[in-house]
Amino acid sequence: MARVVVDVNLKPEILDPQGRAVMGALGRLGLSGITDVRQGKQFVLSIDGDIDDAKLVQIYEIAATLLSNPVIEDFTVEVHP
Amino acid sequence: MTPRVGVITFPGSLDDKDAARAVRLAGGESVSLWHADADLHSVDAVVLPGGFSYGDYLRCGAIAKFAPVMEKLVDAANGGLPILGICNGFQVLTESHLLPGALTRNDHLHFVCRDQKLRIENTSSAWTGDFEIGQEILIPLKNGEGGYVADEKTLNELEGEGRVIARYLDLNPNGSRRDIAGITNERANVVGIMPHPEHAVEELTGPTTDGLGFFTSLLKSLVNDGKVSA
Repeated sequence: MARVVVDVNLKPEILDPQGRAVMGALGRLGLSGITDVRQGKQFVLSIDGDIDDAKLVQIYEIAATLLSNPVIEDFTVEVHP
Repeated sequence: MTPRVGVITFPGSLDDKDAARAVRLAGGESVSLWHADADLHSVDAVVLPGGFSYGDYLRCGAIAKFAPVMEKLVDAANGGLPILGICNGFQVLTESHLLPGALTRNDHLHFVCRDQKLRIENTSSAWTGDFEIGQEILIPLKNGEGGYVADEKTLNELEGEGRVIARYLDLNPNGSRRDIAGITNERANVVGIMPHPEHAVEELTGPTTDGLGFFTSLLKSLVNDGKVSA
């Protein structure tokens, strides 16, 4: 069973009000020195069998169309065989 | 023949009945379309209503764009079919890339529900011909993820081509760039708007009847285009 981890984050220029709210809370908890917090999403896909190039192309396509919105988000794909 | 206006219901749509009612009050025939429909039942226009399609899971509108009916809708939109996306419907239109940009979480993080003043800035779209440039209207707004964002180039294009349909007045309720409340595509047949015209069509329940103008505009544009007879 292989695993593929897709991380999705807002592009740097897009305001992240949730991250900002978390940063506010960190300050109240006494944690200093945090200059920015960005909140993203992680998708962990468990996949039967090996991941070949064709499968990887499909995964990238899904990451770019369903899992992320390329207008506002970037994504990374990590394969764990 | 009475114009037939489809209203798509996705799992989680809330305002489909109100949208259908607005169509009828404007003089059209409303046709219920289901997310799993494989065709558009020969309607003359389509409304994508507000709500929380698929629970807003993943991103607002992200799962709806892969519904079977949407494949047909994208083709029809590119062919010139008038389409109005309201609130969640606007989100579905941007996720489907029928309109540029995206709707993101309100900058203040709170869900907002208020009667919102808008200024109409485009009267050449299929859905705004009955208004006047600069006309101020008051219709309900209710969203948690209504902040309109796009890159500077896209925003400049929208402004330069007169494709901003309406702007927020007095107060920007959600952090939308340049106070944008609604936009249209290049062909001006597809319109997305975050506030809810379909909730302002009767004095009994709306703050005004200003929202009716979107629906009467559509019916007139269909007649003018020869799609239906008067």
